[in-house]
Amino acid sequence: MDSDSLYYSLELVAGSGHTLTVEQRTALQTSLVILKKNYNFHRVLFWGKILGLKEDYFIAQGRGEDEMQDKKNLYSFNCMDWLLLPPATDSMIETVSRAAKGRFTGDPSHVYEYVEIHRQGERDEEEVVTKLNEESRLAVTVHQIDEEVSVVPRGAFIKSPHGLVQINRSFGGLSHSEARKLDNFFHFSKPKNLKKKSILELGDLNPAIDFLDVLTGDIPEGSWSLQFECAGKVCVLRSLSWLGLTFYHVPMTPQHGYIYIGDGSKNLDLPFML
Amino acid sequence: MDSPDRTQDTSQQRLQSAASFKEFMLKSSTKSNLNLYDHLTRLLVKVMDERPHNVVDVIEDMSCDVKRALFEEKQSTLRDLPPSTTAEPLADKQRLLFARSEEADQEEELVETCLPNVSEIGFYLEQAGVSLGREEMQRVFLALKQLVESQALLRCRLWGKILGTNSSYIVAEAEYREGEEEEESTEEAAEEEEREADTQENEDEMDPLPQSTHKPPPVVPKEAIGTGANKFVYYVCQEAGLPWVKLPSVSPAQITAARQIRKLFTGNLDTPVVSYPPFPGNEANYLRAQIARISAATQVSPQGFYHTGEEEGDEEDEAPRDSYEVNPDFEGIPVAEMAESLSTWVHHVQHILQQGRCTWVNLAVKPGEDSNEEGEAEEKEEEPDELEPEVGPPLLTPLSQDAEMFNTPPWSSKISSTLTSQHAVAVLRSNLWPGAYAYACGKKFENIYFGWGLKYAGVGYSPPVPPPPQPEYPSGPEITEAQDPSLEEEQALKESLEEQQAAQEELEDTDEEEEEEDDE
Repeated sequence: MDSDSLYYSLELVAGSGHTLTVEQRTALQTSLVILKKNYNFHRVLFWGKILGLKEDYFIAQGRGEDEMQDKKNLYSFNCMDWLLLPPATDSMIETVSRAAKGRFTGDPSHVYEYVEIHRQGERDEEEVVTKLNEESRLAVTVHQIDEEVSVVPRGAFIKSPHGLVQINRSFGGLSHSEARKLDNFFHFSKPKNLKKKSILELGDLNPAIDFLDVLTGDIPEGSWSLQFECAGKVCVLRSLSWLGLTFYHVPMTPQHGYIYIGDGSKNLDLPFML
Repeated sequence: MDSPDRTQDTSQQRLQSAASFKEFMLKSSTKSNLNLYDHLTRLLVKVMDERPHNVVDVIEDMSCDVKRALFEEKQSTLRDLPPSTTAEPLADKQRLLFARSEEADQEEELVETCLPNVSEIGFYLEQAGVSLGREEMQRVFLALKQLVESQALLRCRLWGKILGTNSSYIVAEAEYREGEEEEESTEEAAEEEEREADTQENEDEMDPLPQSTHKPPPVVPKEAIGTGANKFVYYVCQEAGLPWVKLPSVSPAQITAARQIRKLFTGNLDTPVVSYPPFPGNEANYLRAQIARISAATQVSPQGFYHTGEEEGDEEDEAPRDSYEVNPDFEGIPVAEMAESLSTWVHHVQHILQQGRCTWVNLAVKPGEDSNEEGEAEEKEEEPDELEPEVGPPLLTPLSQDAEMFNTPPWSSKISSTLTSQHAVAVLRSNLWPGAYAYACGKKFENIYFGWGLKYAGVGYSPPVPPPPQPEYPSGPEITEAQDPSLEEEQALKESLEEQQAAQEELEDTDEEEEEEDDE
């Protein structure tokens, strides 16, 4: 969520039970401003917290001119000193999916090892050891969560004819009836299903606004929980495939944002749980 | 030359733009179904007819007159209702939370002892990083006060919140005053009697069906209210301000089933729980079973806060201690120590055994109530297997003895603040039940659960495999298939039979001859 709205928006997502202590909040207010100045970001977001066994990682994200492409992630232990996370490449993603097991420990230099035995022919046995350190695992996890479950309401972002994705300054918020329907919320990542829509559906869409994937296309169906919280005033979306991601939107206002507070593991048992 | 072409182009462009502007003027307004083109035509026709003085000054009034002359009754008898939101009825219900009852003065003393210091708990939880948001916590605590006032409860505490897909549950843990526990058991007994009467009637009317030889394993009896897993009573509501619903007490079968399934809650207490192995009950029972498991695993207190009652002196007694009392001499453990070592925390809720209860019951000895239809004698069964009684860790065992599962330590602890550590709070977080937290600060402590109600399953959950299919009938020689004898075998059999007959006849002949000889 945006650092400018941090002081009130934490209350709106606290329905999941997690929040930040007052000390952490004040530290963030100072350090995010410094971060914005040092890295020259257009916007700084507090992305969330990944809970580790010994220590928790606080993650911040800085956005540049293009909200989708220029993203940089940073992590910290005390909300004051931030370290840059490496961008997630495909090879890193593959290594993580092989080697990362169990919970995050909280030590960024912790090394995960994975030993594979390749048999070539009858006698040659090669032991392939893949090593992974926790920092890369963290970078890949943040990237995956953003790719899969980051949410924005329809109309909040606009794609200019040049392809730049920017905030829509005249977004007035979804109405109460619109906020009840899951198909007014989009994934904030490169669309995969956009071209598969039929011409009938495309006729109603506005290409400047509807350039992202809708949440209702997610598999399995029912992997989002939509509720109205805070005395029915705030629309809260929770992801069931990454437990801990909470998105909030106050209808009829432009306030929206998402935060992830959880242990950084995908919920692979979701089909059993529904 | 170019210029006539260009003039032609520009005139064409002008014509085109004129046509598009005319098209724009012909668009009907959505509100009044008029369009500008027709309206201007009518207005100019009126001006042509009437030719008023100083037309340009009165043209606006004329335009209004033209419009009014065309006025049709557009207002339908249906009126638009303002869109209703969910907030409004909820606000009405939550308003009652803030109402102060008239008998407040008389009951103030009772209410003070039942309800813990809610604002203080909210403050400490926020220090620990666990909270529902300040306003929501306040609403929840007011709802708790409403619960205490409506039911005469001995003690009440906020247990936590369980998230669901459509709606969430706010759970309160309470202890009944004595005497109120009997109502539930009589209701259940009445239901059972009705069911027995029904089945007997059915049997008389129909022809008896073949009885199966399957004997279901004996049902583990429920624990009495006030003991073991049923020690406390739980109330849930979906939102603060909505009425509280009491959850039924939990049975060991439900706990055993809940251990094997992995399901999310929907938010509606009547939804059936569809799973394998089949869960005996609906979502209310599943919720109660999960609450029992979470309480048994994650309710902790600083060591020394509670001590067992001193009346039970025998330590050789195998019956686990199930009572504890607040220790008046407890002096508080420094926060740094509590955050560092796990042995300063102890469990104060009984561990649930494999059987699903807190106290073990030997099922081999059949109590008199269970009677099979065949009326087997109770004692002449196969000798009771020497089942070893299941023993769980005794009450008030420190957390350092908790087992590690899936290579993760079961608890993570830390201090809430490193900058002001003199006034910090020690926070304990469970890794086995994500969402269970406990804090301690001096003499104060509290447990809370904010989560989805699921245990950490490690790498992945795989549902239990169904049992192998049972043989339907015992196989005996009359039912077993055998191959039909081949031709050679039949012939061989025939020959051997003939030989036997021949041998017999010879014997008979020799016997007759002997008899004849004897006779002679």
